Amino acid sequence: MIEHLPVLLVAIPLIAAPIAALLNHGGIAWGLALASAFWALFAAIGLVSQVGEGQVLSYELGGWAAPYGIEYRIDAVNAFVALIVAAIGSVTTIYARRSVAREVEKERLPLFYAAWILSMTGLLGITVTGDVFNVFVFLEISSLSAYALIAMGQDRRALVSAYQYLIMGSVGATFIVIGIGMMYAMTGTLNMADLAERLPPVMDQRTIPVAFAFLAVGFSLKLALFPLHLWLPNAYAFAPSAVTALLASTATKVAVYMMLRFFFTVFGAAFAFDQMQVDLVFLPLALVAIFSMSLVAIFQMNVKRMLAYSSVAQIGYIILGVSMASVTGLTAAIVHLFNHALIKGALFMALGGVFYRIGSVHIEAMRGLGRKMPWTMASFVLAGLSLIGVPLTVGFISKWYLISGALELGWWPVAVLVLITSLLAVVYIWRVVEAAYFKTFAGDDEPVQEAPLGLLLSTWGLVLANFYFGIDATFTTGIAGQAARMLLGGGTP
Amino acid sequence: MEALGLFNYWAVVILMMLGFYTLIARGNLVKKLIGLNIFQTSVFIMYISMGKVTGGTAPILIDGEGSVVYSNPLPHVLILTAIVVGVATLAVGLSLVVRIKEAYGTIEEDVIQDADK
Repeated sequence: MIEHLPVLLVAIPLIAAPIAALLNHGGIAWGLALASAFWALFAAIGLVSQVGEGQVLSYELGGWAAPYGIEYRIDAVNAFVALIVAAIGSVTTIYARRSVAREVEKERLPLFYAAWILSMTGLLGITVTGDVFNVFVFLEISSLSAYALIAMGQDRRALVSAYQYLIMGSVGATFIVIGIGMMYAMTGTLNMADLAERLPPVMDQRTIPVAFAFLAVGFSLKLALFPLHLWLPNAYAFAPSAVTALLASTATKVAVYMMLRFFFTVFGAAFAFDQMQVDLVFLPLALVAIFSMSLVAIFQMNVKRMLAYSSVAQIGYIILGVSMASVTGLTAAIVHLFNHALIKGALFMALGGVFYRIGSVHIEAMRGLGRKMPWTMASFVLAGLSLIGVPLTVGFISKWYLISGALELGWWPVAVLVLITSLLAVVYIWRVVEAAYFKTFAGDDEPVQEAPLGLLLSTWGLVLANFYFGIDATFTTGIAGQAARMLLGGGTP
Repeated sequence: MEALGLFNYWAVVILMMLGFYTLIARGNLVKKLIGLNIFQTSVFIMYISMGKVTGGTAPILIDGEGSVVYSNPLPHVLILTAIVVGVATLAVGLSLVVRIKEAYGTIEEDVIQDADK
C-alpha cells in the first residue's frame, strides 16, 4: 500500500471522476470530490514524510523498468507541490458545496464535480510524474477540465474567457509537445532522469536550444508570465468563485513547478542559465509584470479582476526568484508557491462569500459590507495584509527571502522595487477596505447576512494558515530550501 | 537534394505557420479553432516523420527473419495520445463556440467585444 502511494495519489481521483459523472447526483458527486481531495491530501502528506531527508522515491508504473516504462519520481520539490495542490484542493472542495450550488445550475453539478476532480487529478499527475510526455498528458487533462469549469460561470463573458484560455492554453501545450519531440529526436528517451544524462553530449546541436526555447515559451503561457498572461484576468474574473479559488492557487503554481523541473532537472542549471541565459529574458519580464500588473490592479472596479491582475504580479515575484538561480532565490520562489496559494485562495474565497450574498464583486456594490458581513470582510483584510507582506504573515516570509536573495546578488534596485510594489498592493487592498468599512451600505432594504458557515470556516481555515505558516515557517522554508538545493545541485540535496 | 529529403519537415513548418497565422489573424471563432487544429496536426506529422526509418516496417516479430529493420513505434504511439487530446480540445472548443453563439448571437470576435462594452 505505502509503496504504491505515488500512483494511487493520481489513480483514485482519476477513477472517482467518471463515477461522479455517471451517478448523476450533485451531492454524491461532491462527496466523491471531497473524498478524492482528502485522499490526495493523505497521500501527499505520506509522500512528503518519505522524502524528508533528501530521498528520492521512484515508482515504476506496471513494473516496467525506467527508462522504458513510465516512472513516477518523487523528491522534495514535487512532494511539496503535490501537498499544495492537495491541501488547497481539500479546502476549496469543502467550500465548493454551498458556493457552487448557488452559482451553477443543479443539473450540471455532477459534471461540474467530475471536471473539478479531473482538474485536480491532472495537476497532481504533473507533479508526481518523471516522464516528460506524461507531463503533457496530465497538463491537458487539467487544462481541458479547467476550460469547462471556467465556462460554467454565470456571466456570458465566462464563455468567451474560457474560449480565449482554450486557444492560448492549447498553443502553450503544443509548444511544450514540440519541445518534447525535439528532445526525443535527439536523445531517444522521455524519462526525465535519463534525459538529464543523455542531453549534455548533444547540447551543442541547434535542436536542443530550439527545444528549450519552445518549452520556455510554452511554460510561460501556462504560468501566465507577462506578456503571455492575457488569458488569465478574464478567466479568473468570470469563473465560478470556487473555481477561481482552486485554479488561482494551484494551476499556475503547477506550471511553475513544470518549468523548474525542466530547467533545473532535465536541462540543468548550467545549460538554462549560463548557456541559454534565460534569466536575461525572465528577469526583466518578471520586473515588468510585478510593477505594471500591480498598477493595473489599482484601477480595476471588479475586485475579482483586481485580484487576478495581482496574481500575474505575484507570478512575477516567483519568476524573479527563479531568475536569481541561487539557493535563496529559488527558496523564495518555491516558498512563495505555497504562500501565494494560501493568500490568493483565502482572498478569492472571501470574495466568493461576498458574491454568495450580494451577487456582485463590483467595488461599488461592496460599500459598507464591513458592517453587514464582518467575518467575511475581516478574512479578506487579513489575507490582504498577507498579500502585502506584513510581518507575522506568509507574505512577509516570501518577501524576506526574495529581498535577501536580491541583496545577496547585489541587486539593490530589485530589492527596492519589491518594496515599492508591496506599497502598490497596499493601495489596491486599501480601496476594498475603504469601500467596505468607510462607506455606507448602498443596497436595498433586503438585509444582507453573513456568508454561510461552510464558506466562512474554509476561508478562515486558510486565513489562519496564513498566520500559522507566517509565524512558524520552519516547515515551509525547510522543505523549500531543501528543494532549492536539490534543483541547483542536480539531484543531490 | 538535401532540401527535398527534408520534405516532411518543410510540410511541418509550413502547416505550423499557416495554422498559427489563422489562429492569430482570424476573428471568426470557428476559423480560429481550425487554425489551432492545423497547428496541432503539423506537430503530429513532425512526430510521425521522426519515428520513420527508411525501409523500416511495423514492429512485429517475424519468425526466422533476424535482420528486419523496424520503424520506431514510440513516436507514433505518443501521437495517438496527442490526437486524442487534440480531438478533445476541438470538442470543448466547438461546444464553447455553440454556447457563445447562443449567448451573443454571433461568433465574430470583434462583435462580441463590442457587445460586452
